[in-house]
Amino acid sequence: MNYFWDLFLGGLTRGSIYALIALGYTMVYGILQLINFAHGEIYMIGAFTALIVASMLTMQGLTGLSVLILATIVAVLYAAAYGFTVEKIAYKPLRQASRLSPLISAIGMSIFLQNYVMLAQTSDFLPFPNLLPQLNFLDSISSVIAPSDFIIIATSTAVMIALTVLLKFTKMGKAMRATAQDQTMAMLTGVNVNRVISRTFIIGSALAAVGGILIASHVGRINFYIGFNAGIKAFTAAVLGGIGSVPGAVLGGLVLGLAESFGTGYISSDYESVFAFALLILILIFKPDGILGRSSQ
Amino acid sequence: MLKLVDVETCYGCIRALKGISLSVAEGEIVALIGSNGAGKSTTLMSISGITKACGGQILFNNEPIEKIDPDKIVAMGISQVPEGRRIFPKLSVLENLEMGAFLRNDHAEIKKDLAYIYKLFPILQKRRHQQGGTLSGGEQQMLAISRALIAKPKLLLLDEPSLGLSPLMTKLIYSILAKINAEHRTTIFLVEQNAFMALKLAHRAYVLENGAISLEGKASDLIHNENVRKAYLGI
Ligand SMILES: Nc1ncnc2c1ncn2[C@@H]1O[C@H](COP(=O)(O)OP(=O)(O)O)[C@@H](O)[C@H]1O
Ligand SMILES: [Mg+2]
Repeated sequence: MNYFWDLFLGGLTRGSIYALIALGYTMVYGILQLINFAHGEIYMIGAFTALIVASMLTMQGLTGLSVLILATIVAVLYAAAYGFTVEKIAYKPLRQASRLSPLISAIGMSIFLQNYVMLAQTSDFLPFPNLLPQLNFLDSISSVIAPSDFIIIATSTAVMIALTVLLKFTKMGKAMRATAQDQTMAMLTGVNVNRVISRTFIIGSALAAVGGILIASHVGRINFYIGFNAGIKAFTAAVLGGIGSVPGAVLGGLVLGLAESFGTGYISSDYESVFAFALLILILIFKPDGILGRSSQ
Repeated sequence: MLKLVDVETCYGCIRALKGISLSVAEGEIVALIGSNGAGKSTTLMSISGITKACGGQILFNNEPIEKIDPDKIVAMGISQVPEGRRIFPKLSVLENLEMGAFLRNDHAEIKKDLAYIYKLFPILQKRRHQQGGTLSGGEQQMLAISRALIAKPKLLLLDEPSLGLSPLMTKLIYSILAKINAEHRTTIFLVEQNAFMALKLAHRAYVLENGAISLEGKASDLIHNENVRKAYLGI
């Protein structure tokens, strides 16, 4: 039972990170029907930015929560700026082109960003400081849940609730949902669709940066290639849940995280990715639109 | 108020509009009738800036708008009820109406206009929390017209408002259009394939054939015109 509980929490922790990144894939897909393959790199850039800022602040003598907050703010802004720019450079000029062109452009952008960070930084793994706060009340529950698991799950949940409120109740959120449902009609009600697309990239990138900081603190090291793996997994989560669906991305992330955690825990840790992709193949065979995909709504 | 001068619109190599000219005066109801594929929807989409005209001029209150973005055209006071109604299927009825008021910030006034619309179409108030996609065809048309009206347009464009509706529902919709025009002096430019109701409502009308205007005149004259009766009224 204890082992089961540990695996369950580990799965939720992983899953909430997948969900944070999957939201970026699914929101962009909902509006542009485009798989933004450079999204994993945005997550990686978020983690690198946080590392650089945290190192600088630590050298200045700052510690604890203030480092985490400042590093997060800078990383979120920086990643959002990257997401915004990637859309303007790599996708906007191809808006009228066939579906294949932006896809190729996305893969190109992903490779470019990986190599750019490798050359600008290093190709080695860098140690990542644990930025997560050491809160007293967490010690008292540490027999039930590890502090970092708790912080990751709680932060992801809070961020996802904030996103839901934004999409559901604000004018901008309504415009985003309307644009995803019928772009031409959104224009006919006065929505500036270019602005909606930009904001979608900005929000998705910010979420990815938060995910990047959380997981880097948890794992303790990063390199230029972490975006590839996380991106593929999060993309799998988005497809699993039904690409284009926001609740689907969250559900897909959690299902994927749990499947990986239980699979590695009870069967073999050598097959971690096999569990993820086997699950994806099964879903695609029996429910091609994903768990919450269009056909089931 | 609205003036099209030799407007041409192309889809790739297909010239859907071959230089059409027409005008709509303030307070007027003008109908554009034509058979399937004549270019009626293309005309409205060109005015709204969705499919950009590739030649000629579109003037709104003497300002050229043929190169302006669709959202700015809405802001200038032109709203469209497009063919097939295009209700946002997964937004609630109320959210669809709020999207209609997207460019407005006068919340108190919007509330009043919402009450006016609910008085016009009580069924929309009853269904306000239901998803738009679950409404019947007639209810969707009421919602589409309301969504355009709540933007407080100076010029209302309607693309085949009677399409797929029962005669009774068509009559209701047309009586509302007459009322809006009479009470608010909202200028109306509507496109129809089923010309009878449109010609009865409109002051003036144009006939569109293969992307060109073939006939124009007072609606009451066209309704008695031999060719119009044969081609569009089925008499
Ligand atoms: N998106 C499009 N791409 C290519 N051709 C189109 C498109 N939309 C309309 N057309 C063509 O333009 C012409 C006019 O179409 P349309 O304006 O929809 O006519 P109507 O509304 O009068 O039925 C038709 O020949 C139609 O095939
Ligand atoms: Mg049409």
